[in-house]
Parts: sequence; structure tokens; C-alpha cells
Amino acid sequence: MSPRSLRLLPRALRLAGSLALCLAFAGTAAAQDVKLRMTIWSANEAHLKLFNSIAEGFKAQQPNVSITFEPLPFDNYTTALTTQIAGGNAPDMAWIFETSAYDFVNSGALAPLSKTLSATPGYALNDVAASATERWTKDGTLYAYPFSTSPFGVFVNNDLIKQAGAKTPAELIAANQWTWPNAIATAQAVNAKTGKGGLVVRDFNYQAWQFLSSVYYGWGASPWSADGKRCTFTDKPMVDALGFVHDAVFNKKAIPGPGQNVDFFAGDAAMTVTQISRASLLPKDKPFDWDLVPLPHGQVGEYAIVGQAGVGVLKQSKNAEVAAKFVAYMTNPENSAKLAQFFPSARKSLLNAETLGKTNARLSPVQLDKVVVTGISTGKLMPGHTDFARLQQMVRAGLDPVWQPQADIPAAMKAICAQIGPLLAK
Amino acid sequence: MTDASVTRNATPTQAAPTRPLWTLARREALAGSLFVAPQLLGVAVFVLLPLALVFWYSLHEWNVLANTFEFTGVQNYQALLEDTTLPPVLMASAIFAAGLVVFNLSLALLLAVLLNQKLLGITAFRTFFFSPVVVSLVAWTIVWGFLLQHNGGINGVLKLAGIEGPNWLRSPGTAMASVIVVQVFKNVGLNMILFLAALQGVPRELYEAARIDGASAWRQFRRITLPLISPTILLTSVITVVGALQVFAQIAVLTQGGPGQSTTVLVYYLYQQTFQFHRFGYGSTLAIVLFAIVALLTLAQWQLRRRFVFQEQ
Repeated sequence: MSPRSLRLLPRALRLAGSLALCLAFAGTAAAQDVKLRMTIWSANEAHLKLFNSIAEGFKAQQPNVSITFEPLPFDNYTTALTTQIAGGNAPDMAWIFETSAYDFVNSGALAPLSKTLSATPGYALNDVAASATERWTKDGTLYAYPFSTSPFGVFVNNDLIKQAGAKTPAELIAANQWTWPNAIATAQAVNAKTGKGGLVVRDFNYQAWQFLSSVYYGWGASPWSADGKRCTFTDKPMVDALGFVHDAVFNKKAIPGPGQNVDFFAGDAAMTVTQISRASLLPKDKPFDWDLVPLPHGQVGEYAIVGQAGVGVLKQSKNAEVAAKFVAYMTNPENSAKLAQFFPSARKSLLNAETLGKTNARLSPVQLDKVVVTGISTGKLMPGHTDFARLQQMVRAGLDPVWQPQADIPAAMKAICAQIGPLLAK
Repeated sequence: MTDASVTRNATPTQAAPTRPLWTLARREALAGSLFVAPQLLGVAVFVLLPLALVFWYSLHEWNVLANTFEFTGVQNYQALLEDTTLPPVLMASAIFAAGLVVFNLSLALLLAVLLNQKLLGITAFRTFFFSPVVVSLVAWTIVWGFLLQHNGGINGVLKLAGIEGPNWLRSPGTAMASVIVVQVFKNVGLNMILFLAALQGVPRELYEAARIDGASAWRQFRRITLPLISPTILLTSVITVVGALQVFAQIAVLTQGGPGQSTTVLVYYLYQQTFQFHRFGYGSTLAIVLFAIVALLTLAQWQLRRRFVFQEQ
């Protein structure tokens, strides 16, 4: 080595050391950067804006964490999500339908949340109604948080009903006559006099029969027993309830039939049974005189039904711990209040007309109290079961013979139970 | 260095006549291989590898949610025999394929014969019948979905004529026929163009000779046209059968397999089992069944060419 080289050696070593330090630091910083992805089924701009603002709030606390929200199509949401999981590209967090809750919770696909939520200062997990978390809990551990608990109500187009000279639901409620037969009578009158649709059970479409639970729960009917082991389609309440719906569709023409596309929010029907979160679909330009009322009384009297959406952390996520912390942040009391404008919260402290009114400008305090507060407090969840997609498909195929003018409902119910019975008994 | 090695190295070797390594034939072979290599690589990665993987998956029970992947041997193949839904599904596939082949090929041939004329504006007619082929399949199906609704366009027109139209996509009697018709109108143009090309390849002098011999138009069609276009009939029937067995989007958009199971064809059933019911192992087994059916039918049609295809005799 030349003397010149020897002289430069210490400098070269120092330079190399500095470079190594820089690289090591950069490496550490890169390792700490966490990117989280949450799959959702809403592509609504207002929803995304709110989620992004919550994510920004979390980033302010944990600058190395960035969160993206990936909307997947509503109709095939669970299919798209499981395909991502199968392809080794599972999101860190995902929204889950209440109907698929058992599949996700029981399979062990989700990471437990209870410890993280309880350890988050100010979270107050006991503020969340126990009935709301039941479906998302296994062996006392919460696996997904029900961030949306949206009751079903009846949206009403009073203009159409008055045009038909029928009694409005508000008038029927005042006279203590708000029952399913009277609701169908109003719907029948509207269809007969105006040619418009009577009553639409939104999202049912003669396929997604779980949405028809908003009607058959009124008869005390359910697809299977409480323990999920026995098919109850053949039980009298279900046969009676479906007989009532069949009569309303094919004889009274009060409910648009299969293959008919009728949109209440476009002003084409007198009433629609749907979740209150659909209030955002009410027309802003040239609005009709609309109302929101509770579900009509069924054979069991007053009843309510709620739809839920859960958010959980996938066990496969490399950053499951940070993801759980974000779920805790997203659903803390402060952010739950913000989310409540679109997704009603199951937190008892937020369940009053005054708090809900701050973020639900389109609904009156009376509507909020009668439909939202009462609905969430007393409502039963839509049916769900392990292997729900398979059961859903079997029942869908089995119910098709019911949606024909000359239907033998008891025989169809018997066929359904023969199909799903063995699967339920497993 | 030893003496012996010196001696060995010093010994002059007999120079054998060396053959050049890069002969013209080898260079051409290498060039040819390099040209087909990208295609072969594509087939290997995107066709052969997935096929092998599907077979591998079919020997497993893969629970995506629980993240378990257990070897179950032929259990999924045994499950095929116990699956009570599979026979109606195979029957629906057979009805769809048979209906599509008969209706599509007959209509395509009829259109090709009608459009094989030297008339003013005939190109416009040919373009008109071919245009659905280039339309997006899903867009085409969605539009037909609206037309076929109970209160849709077709029943609206029928109502004007005083006819109460059926609930096309919801009645067991009309759902399958509706799906077949939608698919026929979508692809009949492709077979029509193939038949048209075949018809134009039939030598005119054969017809002239037949006419001189007093053969009727029907006899000319049966004895000259059909035998000479038989290779095209074979080609179109193979393409149509394979396409019919792979139908999915039309079913997913129009009927979702209903009413009941009446339009649940094999690919839609495979999709349900795999992606909706999360039974990836059983779904892969159904994919192998589909592959076997398509391969057998294609083989059978290929064998039949000896009996029916004119130029093969």
C-alpha cells in the first residue's frame, strides 16, 4: 500500500462508518413504517372522507402508520375478501357482514380484540351493549367490533299514499292501527290507484331472503332454532309469514313481484323497509313528502330488527397489533360519535335522540327515538349461521317455488328443511 | 514435469475432421426455439402450472378462513359421487350446451347462406350481425337482463300486442331458454363469419354442374355445400361446445343459477363452491371434472371428423 493510501485510510474508514450508520438508520426507519389496509363495502365519498380523517387522527399519534381503505363491491364483498385471503393478499383489517360473522369468528381467521380495546385509555368497552357484541364474541373474547348497528324502519312516500286516498302510516300509528295487514292495505291501494309500487322490502329481491326477516320476525318466525341446530322453516310462524307475503305479492299486488325493479328512493313506491342508514338515498332535489316510521306490528306485536357490520383484524396480518390499535382508535367514544352519522353506534352513551340528532340532520328527534333508539335497544339481529353462504344458497333455491303464483308453501318449506337440515345438524 | 508427460504431450495427435458446432440446421432450430420460447413460457406459467396446481388442490381440504391446508387424498373425488346437487348441475350444463350448439349453428348457417349474396349494402348487414361479438359480454348481458325483466322491454312490447309475457328469468320453463338465446345472439356473428368464409370457398363450378344435372337448390345445399363446409361445421361445433361448458357471466348476471337450480351450470356451481362457500378443495375437484368433460368431448368430436368431415376422408 502506498504512503498516500495509508494517509487516506482513516478518512475512508470514517466515511464508510458514516455511510453504514446512515444506511442502518434508514433501515430502522423503513422497518418501523407500517402500512395498513382495510377492506370496506362502501365507496360513498362522504364515508371515505370520514374514514380518512379518522386515519389522519391516528397518524398524528403514530406518524409511522398509514392506513388505506379499499372499497370492494357490496354484492360480492365476502367473496372478494376471501379470494384476497386465499391469494395470500389478506387485508390487515376488514368489515364483516353480520351474516358471515360466525364463519369469521369461529374459523379463527380474526385476531382477538378484547385486550387491546380494554387497554385503550378512555375506550369504555362496557359502554357497548352486550347484545350487540354477542355475535362477534367467542369464549368471552371479542373478535370483531360491531361499528354499525343499523335498525330497520319503514320509509314512506306520503305524496303517493295521499294521491291514492289511503291512510298514511303516521295516521295508522296515531290510531294504533299500524299493523302488517293495514300496511299492506295501504300499499295495495297505492298500486291499484297510481300504478306505482306498494311496499318494497329493499335488498331482498327474491334472492337475499335474510332481508325478509324484517317481515317474518313479526310472526316470531326464524329460519333455524336459537342454537342453530334445527330447521324451523316448516314451523307454523314461518309458513304463515310467507303465506302472508305470497298473498301480498301475487293476489293483492301490494309488493312488487319477482323480476320487477322498483326503487322507492326514485319515488316509484309508497313504502320501503330498509335500514335507516339508507336515509342518505332520499332525493335532495324535488323531494317527496317522506316519513320514517317503525316496522308495523306483527303477530307478535311490536318488534324490531337491526343489521350489523363488524370490523376485525385478520390474523394473517403482519401488523395485527397495530391494526388492533387502529380499530380501538376508530371505534373509541369520540370517533364512534362521528361514525354515528352514517353507522349508528351500539354505545349506550350515544344512544339518545339528542346525540344522534347532531349528526343525523335528515331525521327528526321523534323518528330517531322511535326507530333508532328503540330499534337498537330491542332489535333482533338478521339471521346468521356458520357456513351461511351455503345455507343462504340452499334456502334461496328452495324458496324459488314459493315465488310463483300457484305455490305450495308447506311443501316448499319441507323441501328446504330436507336440504339444510343435515348441514344444520353438523 | 515427468518424462512420460513430456513424451505424451509431445506425441502429435491425429487431427480428426471436426464438424462445426453451429450448423445451419442447428442455428435455425435454436432461432425457432427462441421464437416460440416466450409463448411456451406463457403456456407453462399460465396454463400448465395452474392446471397442475388445481389438481394438487383437489387432493386437499383448503379452509381459507382457518388458513388450513390438509391432504385428503381422493376424498373430494368421493364427495362428487355423494353430491346430490351435481347431477342436476351436469344436466343443466348439458341442456345449455345442446341448446346453444343447435340454435347457434343453425342460425349462424342460415344467416351465412342469406348473407352470401352479391347485393347492395350486404356488408352493412354482415356488420350488423357481427357487431354483438365485439360488445362487452357483461354489458350485453346486463342490457338483456333489463329487457327480460317481468316489467321489462320485451314484455312491454308484448303488452302492446295484448299478450301477457312470462317472467322470463324467474320461471323454471323460460329461464334456461332465455339465457341460451342471450348467448346465441351474442356469439352467432362469429360462427356466421366462419361459415360465410367457408361458403365463399366452395367452387362455383360445382353448383353450375349440379344445376345442369337438374339438382334442386336443397339438393345442391345437401350434396355440395354441407360436405364442403363440413370442416368449418366441426370447428364451430368444437368452439361452441367448449364455450358453452365454460359459460359463467351470463348466469351470474341474469339468474344466479335460479330459479331453483335450473340454470346452475358446472362453472357457476364451481364458482359457488370455491369462492362463496370457501370449499377450495372441492371446487378444484369440480374444475378437474370440467377439464375432463371438455377434453373428452373435444376428443370425441375430433374422432367423428373421419366419418363426417369431407376433406378428411
